[in-house]
Amino acid sequence: MTEPLRIGVLAVQGNFREHLSVLRRLGVEASEVRKPDQLDGLDGLIIPGGESTAIGKLVRAYELEPAIRGFEGAIFGTCAGMILLAREAVDGVPDQPFFGLIDIVVRRNAYGRQVRSFETDLELAGEAKPLRAVFIRAPWIESAGPAVEILARYDDRPVLAREGRILVAAFHPELTDDTRVHELFCEVAREAASVRT
Amino acid sequence: MSEIGTMRVKSGLAEMLKGGVIMDVTTAEQAKIAEDAGACAVMALERVPADIRAQGGVARMADPTKIREIQAAVTIPVMAKARIGHFAEAQILQALEVDYIDESEVLTPADEEHHIDKWNFTVPFVCGCRNLGEALRRIAEGAAMIRTKGEAGTGDIVNAVRHMRAVYGGIRRLGSLCEEELYAEAKNLGAPVELVKWVAENGKLPVVTFTAGGIATPADASLCMQLGADGVFVGSGIFKSDDPAPRAKAIVEATTHYQDPEVLARVSQGLGEAMASISTAGLDESQLLETRGW
Repeated sequence: MTEPLRIGVLAVQGNFREHLSVLRRLGVEASEVRKPDQLDGLDGLIIPGGESTAIGKLVRAYELEPAIRGFEGAIFGTCAGMILLAREAVDGVPDQPFFGLIDIVVRRNAYGRQVRSFETDLELAGEAKPLRAVFIRAPWIESAGPAVEILARYDDRPVLAREGRILVAAFHPELTDDTRVHELFCEVAREAASVRT
Repeated sequence: MSEIGTMRVKSGLAEMLKGGVIMDVTTAEQAKIAEDAGACAVMALERVPADIRAQGGVARMADPTKIREIQAAVTIPVMAKARIGHFAEAQILQALEVDYIDESEVLTPADEEHHIDKWNFTVPFVCGCRNLGEALRRIAEGAAMIRTKGEAGTGDIVNAVRHMRAVYGGIRRLGSLCEEELYAEAKNLGAPVELVKWVAENGKLPVVTFTAGGIATPADASLCMQLGADGVFVGSGIFKSDDPAPRAKAIVEATTHYQDPEVLARVSQGLGEAMASISTAGLDESQLLETRGW
């Protein structure tokens, strides 16, 4: 029997509890990450949605920035988390840390303020059944480098993408009962773990 | 098909605010300070509750010019308050594209019997409550987020604690009742039986629940989080204190690390004087804001 995956969820602010409960439903050993040493021994990390400005500042204040940069497991960023993992934002705020772990440029609050937040069906690459996706003051991917694989689009804009061990979504898979995106991340984490050993 | 304004979309934004601090601000400059301190949202208003309390008169929705200035100054969500039952103020706030409307007892109520029918709006609403029945009535009217009321503008946490105990204790009590008892309990609570059953089954409210009213220190924020709040609203506690920026930062840190007394000890030191506070036990019934709401 394979050992259960160990995945942490960055829990400084935002929707971390829902990610933890989805992961647990999938049989993952899931834990909250608030301090750098809590990354030790993890196969993957989820950076959840929340307020990217707030999460960015807190990541810096709590010295998590170098720890996340040095983390070798898989990382999944949703919404605010996608922004933090990007190379840059076209409308970027100064002082916001960008990890640059995936070769994308994002636009924050790309669809507008909350009254323009929406839910919709996305076509997933290689899947017959559409995926219900909830976009909350969401970003989109403005441009992506050649190594980035686009897994779903909305209105021609990429909203789900992968580069190696990094997965990003502009929407919130943790707000619906459909666990396919989290299952995909578990696969990414297993692959990353097998590369490291 | 794409849909806006669904309950999932409305409550979804509140989900993203969890573990965060929402700060009352009256100017673009204060909004910047709040954002820099790590606030997850700001509440734009004309006067903070302590000033409303001191000055009296009728407290209304903020001037749209002020709301626009604050929206232009920050990228975090901007909320604004409408009077209880004042759906025209709410329509204006929706037209301004504020991210959340607080139908708030801090402003002077416009209707003595009815709250706003919040299902009619695309913009989500947060509403105050003192107990489980009040929370469920607001949710039945379409509120996508709840905050316990506390007693705004006092710097005294005791009412907030009473309200959280009432809500979370009430939820735990529902879990102990059998199905037939839930019908009578729904009547006692003055809340729809479907919602009462949902809460009994799930052991929580169906929407995110923050705490408000009287939070003045990092320790207050930690207390609220430990009692079960998903996050905190800080009104007068920051910008009526001696030195707002460090206090704002400290309260944010205390909200994230609410279970870590060492962090709390560090962030609590050297913050200067808290806001000028009033003990709510000495307040007259007519001076209470928490009793507004039906």
